[in-house]
Amino acid sequence: MATRTLPDGTRTWRRFTPSQSVVRWMGWLIGVAVFVWCWNRISESTTWFFVWDAPRIAGDIISRATPPKWPYVNELWWPIWDTLNIATLGTLGSLVMAVPVAFLAARNTTPSRFLVRPVALLIIVSTRSINSLIWALLLIAIIGPGVFAGIVAIAIRSVGFCAKLLYEAIEEIEQTQVEAIAATGASRWQVMLYGIVPQIMPALAGIAVFRWDINIRESTVLGLVGAGGIGLQLSASLNVLAWAQVAVILLIILAAVGLGEWVSAKVRGAII
Amino acid sequence: MLRLEKLTKTYKTGDQALKQVDLEVPQGQVLALIGPSGAGKSTLIRCINRLVEPTGGAAWLGGVNLTALGQRALRRERRRMGMIFQEYALVERLTVMENVLSGRLGYVGFWRSFLRRFPQSDVDEAYRLLDRVGLLHMADKRADELSGGQRQRVGICRALIQNPALLLVDEPTASLDPKTSRQIMRLIVELCRERDLAAIINIHDVALAQMFVMRVIGLELGRIVFDGAPDALTPDVLTQIYGEEDWEATIQTVEEEEEEAGTA
Amino acid sequence: MSSSELDTLIGTRWKKPPFIRRVWLRSALVLGGFLYLVLAIASVEVNWSRVYEGLERGAAFVAAFTTPDFTTRAADIREGMLESIVMTVAASVVGILISIPIGLGAARNLAPLPVYLVCRGIIAVSRALQEIIVAILLVAIFGFGPLAGFLTLSFATIGFLSKLLAEDIESMDRAQAEAVRATGARWTQWINYGVQPQFMPRLIGLSMYRLDINFRESAILGLVGAGGIGATLNTAFDRYEFDTAAAILILIIVIVMALEYLSGIVRSRVQ
Repeated sequence: MATRTLPDGTRTWRRFTPSQSVVRWMGWLIGVAVFVWCWNRISESTTWFFVWDAPRIAGDIISRATPPKWPYVNELWWPIWDTLNIATLGTLGSLVMAVPVAFLAARNTTPSRFLVRPVALLIIVSTRSINSLIWALLLIAIIGPGVFAGIVAIAIRSVGFCAKLLYEAIEEIEQTQVEAIAATGASRWQVMLYGIVPQIMPALAGIAVFRWDINIRESTVLGLVGAGGIGLQLSASLNVLAWAQVAVILLIILAAVGLGEWVSAKVRGAII
Repeated sequence: MLRLEKLTKTYKTGDQALKQVDLEVPQGQVLALIGPSGAGKSTLIRCINRLVEPTGGAAWLGGVNLTALGQRALRRERRRMGMIFQEYALVERLTVMENVLSGRLGYVGFWRSFLRRFPQSDVDEAYRLLDRVGLLHMADKRADELSGGQRQRVGICRALIQNPALLLVDEPTASLDPKTSRQIMRLIVELCRERDLAAIINIHDVALAQMFVMRVIGLELGRIVFDGAPDALTPDVLTQIYGEEDWEATIQTVEEEEEEAGTA
Repeated sequence: MSSSELDTLIGTRWKKPPFIRRVWLRSALVLGGFLYLVLAIASVEVNWSRVYEGLERGAAFVAAFTTPDFTTRAADIREGMLESIVMTVAASVVGILISIPIGLGAARNLAPLPVYLVCRGIIAVSRALQEIIVAILLVAIFGFGPLAGFLTLSFATIGFLSKLLAEDIESMDRAQAEAVRATGARWTQWINYGVQPQFMPRLIGLSMYRLDINFRESAILGLVGAGGIGATLNTAFDRYEFDTAAAILILIIVIVMALEYLSGIVRSRVQ
């Protein structure tokens, strides 16, 4: 904020001083330049002929996809069950791992701030940074394709997410309630049980349901890399360009995602 | 019964919260600790049960030096010191009964407490205490459904079920209305008399302290500057503890209230 | 009154009141949950001998993290990473720019009903579709390459940001906005002075967060041919080149950490 003297001698108000303005304009300029450069690179590696042809191709795909091949649904019940299991068992598995990690990562419960906490934070950031599809690729390479690889992939991917939210919740608890339990002569574990756990239970339940909702979405596509679930059928149908089947699968995925969101909203509503 | 010898607390920031405090509390004596905010009242109480670690001196409870204990022995001694907190410090998402029974945690093992299988004698005692404070009908309510005064009663039960020799009470009336404040103070003092308990009550309300206790300690900047009977609190003494202010009004209201109480 | 109550209670066992009080509902939930778990676990086929064999490979992979190989496929890694970053940046910029008007349109307290419904529709579609599925469709339509990835990420950004932005605006402080309107400001001025200052800090924070997500997502788009590092990573796994895969994963983790650190700084500065 600054006042500035105009040539005719009157003073006027400006939001920024001249040097601030220059810096801001330079910032915008650099931003635009970066964006243009990025766009050019994308444009270079794009075959624009196909892009101009896109509307026709899109129309073609839509016409082949309609009407959806409804009888195909009967081949999908088992994959849907698998998908649900990947999401649910994966979420349960991740919670089992995330709870201890969160306690090790929270400033007020970690046994050692300089040794244990950084390790816990590293686990959190590395599992979070890597997409579940990549975890699935890796696990398929290690333990072979199938539902089990999908469950483990989802579980590992979710550890960081759940542990991060949970340790933030642990750090926000009311310390006096913990003190009060400690003052009764309770042991370390009893303090955790009576002072800390009741305070984080709602957060834990909320996180579990929230992550389960996300995992339903993620588990629908794990099959693309061979980790079980409805994604396998999607991948197979795409390979033979059976768009009418693809349409059915996509609609089912949408329904599953909608259902997951509805259930998670209901449960969260009941908890809070 | 409780003896503090040159108890000192220096925080990492360099602030001296307690400067070599000497104090002796005999069995059954209820004393009030008064003083301005930041005088070290809370620190003093917390240094006794070592929620705050003292940096020097000793605190003797019976024949045990509390400041020299290891974790396990400290937990055993903490059972003998019930603590009542400012803003109640109940675990809000647990039921009233669980909050009361949590006072027995020092006596029961982990799995019993995990499964909420407390010994029948503890459960009976919890019922008796809740009945004594008039909250038996609330036993299975969640703590956050209670009013402020009710919560503090539960806090009192939690401290008493420890079967303590000493009560450490930190601003028990800080967030209560005047009427409830008196009821709570009266309850604490009565219970101490019934059970022959010593108590140290931190309190900022001088008038309230004068009404209920037999001994007042004035703390200023980590030092004891007054130790005597409530009626020895003259304007001069209060000025020494709190600084310059017109104290006549404070003392007068107390006298008037006492008269009221006498006529009623 | 209470003493007779006390007499009846003394000596009785105490049990914590259950979370769900209706007995039939509680037992149904417990039984149903147990049944589901049994069925679900039973239906998962695990080839334990295969898993056992895999443990060795797993150990090899973990060991590879100590000796990541950045050099053998240096050119592929560099190209892939650069492409991922380029897609991320471009898609985030475009996504953010488009999500602002859509977010305004999806706020019930700003937009008329038809606009509201259209914007909410766009958000719903974008959020319901997985990035990778959108990418598959866009690759089929636009051909292989980063353009499909760029469009995918932009589309996902719009769904994410607009929804949060709209919710933020709907819960904003009415008094501030009304004060500006009371001065006789036009709609655009009202948005600029009364609404924008309230959501800007959060928008910047969310944009930084979305940049982070976009980068993570860009790492998998290559699996379906939509550009970025994913293709290289996939090849590395297929050939069991764990040391190259480890190198790529380390790069991803480092960049995500850097972005999180950066967004922390930005958020603390704007708030």
